[in-house]
Order: sequence, then structure tokens, then C-alpha cells
Amino acid sequence: MSEQQGSGADSQAQAITGAQSLVRSLEAAGVTDIFGIPGGAILPAYDPLMDSSIRHILVRHEQGAGHAAQGYAAASGRVGVCMATSGPGATNLVTPLADAHMDSLPMVAITGQVGASMIGTDAFQEADIRGITMPITKHSFLVTDPAEIPTKIAEAFHIASSGRPGPVLVDVTKSALQASTTFRWPTELSLPGYRPVTRPHAKQIREAARLLLESRKPVLYVGGGTIRSGASKEVLALAELTGIPVVTTLMARGAFPDSHPQHLGMPGMHGTVAAVAALQKSDLIVSLGARFDDRVTGNLDSFAPGAKVIHADIDPAEIGKNRYADVPIVGDVREVLIDLITTLRTEQEAGNTGDYEGWVAFCAGVKKKYPLGYDRPADGGLAPQYVLERLGAISGPDTIYTAGVGQHQMWAAHFIGYERPNTWINSGGLGTMGFSVPAAMGAKVAMPDQTVWSVDGDGCFQMTNQELATCAINDIPIKVAVINNESLGMVRQWQTLFYNSRYSNTDLHSKRIPDFVKLADAYGCVGLACESPDDVDATIQKAMEINDVPVVVDFRVHRDAMVWPMVAAGTSNDDIKYARDLAPQFDEDDL
Amino acid sequence: MAKHTLSVLVEDKPGVLARISALFSRRGFNIESLAVGPTEHPEISRMTIVVNVDSSPLEQVTKQLNKLIEVIKIVELDPNSSVNRELVMVKVGATAENRGEVLDVVQLFRAKVIDVASDAITMQIVGNDGKISDFLRVLEPFGIRELVQSGMVAIGRGPRSISERSKPVAVPVPPAAHA
Repeated sequence: MSEQQGSGADSQAQAITGAQSLVRSLEAAGVTDIFGIPGGAILPAYDPLMDSSIRHILVRHEQGAGHAAQGYAAASGRVGVCMATSGPGATNLVTPLADAHMDSLPMVAITGQVGASMIGTDAFQEADIRGITMPITKHSFLVTDPAEIPTKIAEAFHIASSGRPGPVLVDVTKSALQASTTFRWPTELSLPGYRPVTRPHAKQIREAARLLLESRKPVLYVGGGTIRSGASKEVLALAELTGIPVVTTLMARGAFPDSHPQHLGMPGMHGTVAAVAALQKSDLIVSLGARFDDRVTGNLDSFAPGAKVIHADIDPAEIGKNRYADVPIVGDVREVLIDLITTLRTEQEAGNTGDYEGWVAFCAGVKKKYPLGYDRPADGGLAPQYVLERLGAISGPDTIYTAGVGQHQMWAAHFIGYERPNTWINSGGLGTMGFSVPAAMGAKVAMPDQTVWSVDGDGCFQMTNQELATCAINDIPIKVAVINNESLGMVRQWQTLFYNSRYSNTDLHSKRIPDFVKLADAYGCVGLACESPDDVDATIQKAMEINDVPVVVDFRVHRDAMVWPMVAAGTSNDDIKYARDLAPQFDEDDL
Repeated sequence: MAKHTLSVLVEDKPGVLARISALFSRRGFNIESLAVGPTEHPEISRMTIVVNVDSSPLEQVTKQLNKLIEVIKIVELDPNSSVNRELVMVKVGATAENRGEVLDVVQLFRAKVIDVASDAITMQIVGNDGKISDFLRVLEPFGIRELVQSGMVAIGRGPRSISERSKPVAVPVPPAAHA
């Protein structure tokens, strides 16, 4: 074991184990926090981890580790890291990896693998996790040679965090972790097939500026890419320079202030009437880090029929995938915006400005006529929208809000009010129920000075609430607002609308079982309950005052509340309903 | 739908074939033929993939292929400025009486006999798919007992190589994950 490589005097070349090399590599990559659970194959790595500066947070389920790494990455922009053992440990990371892949989150998952000589023998806790995760990761490695550990870790962090961010899996065999090796952090990486384009082409920028000046009804269609690239300031600058109306997708909530008069809200299936109408009736869509998802476009053939498209994205495969792009721009959206603003300023100085006056007035009119709204339950019960409206008002725009998937997610997207990027974290693409609590945990670890509210449904909450134990034990005082309508609410809403109110398997009885207050108490958290609108403010205030342990608030809301507006799946965005059986009327003469 | 021939340069690493074939299948494309082998650069392999698809979905699948970290370069070969070949080995029944007829066919198509048994003859032919299907049509009456066919390989005409300017480029180590 006393072999030394090279000069011998080089302290880096001392013989260490592969496990030590892995931990040193993670330190060298800048990792300070890891979420994970040990097990047989990854066990060697957990021994040197005890002596490392890295904080390892022992979660209760690997899915929690994965979503925590996602929340960590989404809140901070840093790479989130999770660790699990082979077989079931690794397969439990599949959902978070798929989720991070859909929502472009920088994440590295380290998994143990059975010894190299056992691979392919159906050994105990063996699963081909690299093969399983190939379609749901940006890249994946299987490391069997301990000498490769530093390079593969460096490559994993580079790939995860550059270009269009995404999850990278590094599967390391137990034999590589146990073998003797030397540590040498690479000074350069050889990835001949990986060269993300970040600088936009000048000709495309000029062409985009020309289209913008010619158009009369343009919209800035702002997607999650603007948040990943840190382009909020530039989005605001372009919007204010041109006066063009803005819509922010579910993934981009917070990229542009909700309070801004040019903001029309969120487009899509549950978008605001103004945002949906603006895209539908526009003559130019400026897509900034968005991907024309089916939940935004509805029926593609009838989506924004009169619009030309400028499509800026760092991923060339997104451009033209769903909608033809008249001006494709491959590049980091922040750099695209900087160049576009410079070009438009030059045009402005030469006296060339767009004429959008009538259009801006039309959009403002629709926004005024069809604001977000909801009905208060006639029986004096609690409206879920009211809870979120008050939560946003009391906790404020510096708070980080995470959400699961379903009705509560849509209400949270609409009614909280976002002013800054990275304050709204949800599972957009994959739509993973159970995302909220572990994501909040990860966000709180990354940003300990910010208040973190997990907004969750009673269905979602019961999928991953075991991480409350992790939060309570590790001083991660998140706050959870359970919007408890005792149902799988969004599914129930579809049953109301499309299945003649036949409620097949959507009744969860969660106002009876479990008792969320007792459950919180059992987990060492403070549990509160609220079922009257009169108590909402006081309950939220009380939760705000508790900062030493996690708090769970059971908001027992009216179960028949529905998410409006809504475009039924597969139909045209022209058929948006403002409320049930209520189609908005547009005064086309205003255009 | 039209036939397209893609030449794909990839890093010679484990799992890369699985990544590429899985990508075609999950995006809903059928691979008509696929051939993989080494190139003039020891660390680079070349795949020749033939797909039957319209040009706009082909553009999407090409972009998706380009996203794979180990894919270095993709070139669509234009049939007019490239040469393509596949190889077939075929075994037909042939006795002393009709062996002469089979050998006539071999000569006509400039194929080659690679094995002879008392009641069978095995041939190989190299050519494009048109020539090969003609050859097999003519052999049909003799009774094809076994047939094995390689994937198509293709190369551009003229002096240039598609692997030019695709030498590995070193990427600087990432700044630490933390700012």
C-alpha cells in the first residue's frame, strides 16, 4: 500500500482508497452538502465522509434525498448532490432524476454499485442504474476503475452545471471504492462531444430585433431557462425598454415581478385569461428559455395562429421541436437578452421604435376585465385560494415557496405573488406528487436565512412527509402549509368536469385520517390547524414566529374549490373558460 | 418518408450504442440498418445509421443525438455524393447438376463463392441495396437456406474526411460548484 506515483514528493499522489478519492473529489468540486442514505455498496464512501467538511444529511427515503438536492439547486443555482446505495437505493432516485431532467436542474447523484466482478450476476442489491437512468439523465457514468474517480466527478459537475443544466448520475462500484488509488484532480477535461453554445449568433439577434420592430402585437414568453441562466434583470430591462407585455410560465414564476404592470401572469392550461389571450392573439412570440410545452400551447395546431416566433434557447433541440421558429437563436438566454437589448437601444437611438400602443392597451384591458378570482364558499368554509393569498401577503416575496403537484400548485402559482427568481420551486415537467416537502428541505439547507414554505396538498404530503423527521433532527425549520381538501383535488376536478362527478378513488378522507397535527407532533414539529377564514392570518403569523423547529399547518379547506381559468386538455386555447361554463368575451375592435 | 443515412462519430466508450439505439426507439424511430466500427482515430467509433423518416422529425432526432455527451459529430450523407455498401453472405442449395447455374449468377453479379458443400454453396456479395436485392431475387429459385446481412456502411466522395475538425477539445475544469 506504500506505492507512490510520479515524483513521490507530491502529497496528492499518496495511496488512498477509492472511497477517500471520491470524498476528496466531491470536496474539490465545491460540495458542502449531500443528502443521502448509506447501504452496502456505498458503505466504503460513508467512512471518509465522516472526516470530511461536507455536511451529509441523513434522509428517510432516497426519493427525499433526490428532491432535496433539486430544491437545493433550484433555490441556490448550485449543483445539488444526493447519494444512495446500489439496487433499491438507486432506483428510489429514479423519480427525482427524471424530475430534474424535465426541469433542467443541476444535480449529481452518486450511487454505489456491486463489485465489478459481480456486475451482471444478479447479485444482491444489483440494479443497472446507469442503464435505467439513461433516458432521464443528462449523462451517466459507471466507474469501475478507482483512478477514474476524480475525472468522472469533475466531468459530472461540469456537465450538470453547464449548458442546459441537468442531472448526472455517477455509479461507482464497491470494488473501486475499496481499491487503493491516488487522487489527482484534473486540470482539464476531454469531452469532445460536449460543447454547449452560449454566445448567440449576431445575425439572428439582428433578425430578432427587426421582427420586434415590425410587429404590432408582440409578447415576451418567459420560461424557466431565464431563471436557470439568471436573466431576470435582463428580462425586466427588455420589457421596460420596449413596453411589450410579459407572460411567465409555471417554471418562470418570479423571473419577472408579478407586481409589474406589464405582467399578464401565467399562460397555459390554468393560465390567466390575459396571458392566454395575449399569446393566442399575438403576431410575435418572443420565447425566452421556454419550450412550448403542451400545457402552455393546448392544441398546437390552433395555438397562436397569427404569431411569428423568435425562439431563444440554449438547447438547440428545443427550437422548432413543437412550434416552428421563424428566428431560431441558440444561446444562453441571458446573453441573448444582453445582445438583443444592445441592438434595440441602437435602433431606438436611430429613431426606430416599435408601435405597440393599441396592443398594450388591449392586453391591459383583458387583464383588468378578467383578473384572477375565486368564490368564497357559501357555508363560510375556507377557500384554498384565500389561504395562499394571505400566505403570500404575510410571508412576503423574499420567502421561498415550494409546491407539489395539483390544485394547490396552481393556486400557489397564481395567488402567492412572486417578485424574485428562485423563490418559486415546483415540479413542472414531470409533475411529481410529493416533491414539495423534500424540496423545501433542500432549499432551506441551501438558503438557511430565507423563510421556506412548502405548500402541499393532502395527497402529495402523504407521499414524502417522512422527511419531517430529517428536518426536525437536522435543524432545518421549514414550514408546511397543507391545503387539505381531503381529496386528490385536481383529479377530482377532472372527474367533476369530465366524468359526471363520479369520484372514483379520489377521496382521501384526510380530514379524518391521519391527524396532521398529531403527525407533526410525532415528528417533533409544531402542528397547527385552521378551518375558518377568520383564523388564517393569526395561524400564519403563529407559524412565522416558530423558527427553531418545522411547522405544519393543516389548512382544512372547502373541498369543491376548482382551479380556474382552465383550458380543457387537448382543446384550443381559444376555448379557455374563466370559470365553469363562462367563456371570456374579447372586444376585438380594441385591437 | 424517405431514407436517410447518418454517419455518427462517437467516443469509443461502453454504453454508447445502447444510448443511441434507445434514443431512436424512445423518440419513435425505427432504425433500418446500423453498423458500428473503429475509425482512423483509435478513440473514435463511427456508426452508419439508416432511418426511414421525414426530414423534420429527422432534424429533431439529429439534435437529440447531438445532445448525447459521447456523440462528437453527425453528418447526413447525400446519396449523390457518397458511396454506400453492405455485405451479404447467402447459402443456397446446389447439387452437381445445377452448381454451374449458381456460379453463372455469382459471376454476373461479381459475387464470390466462400464455401462449397456437396449439396450447397455459400456466396458473399458486396454492394448497395439495389444490387443485393437483385442478386437475392435471382438466387431465390435455387432455395435460400440461410442469409446474413451486414448493416450498411457509407463514405463521402472526394478528398475530405468527416472526422476533420473533430479532434478532442479540452474543456476547462468547472469552477467549484459553489460560487
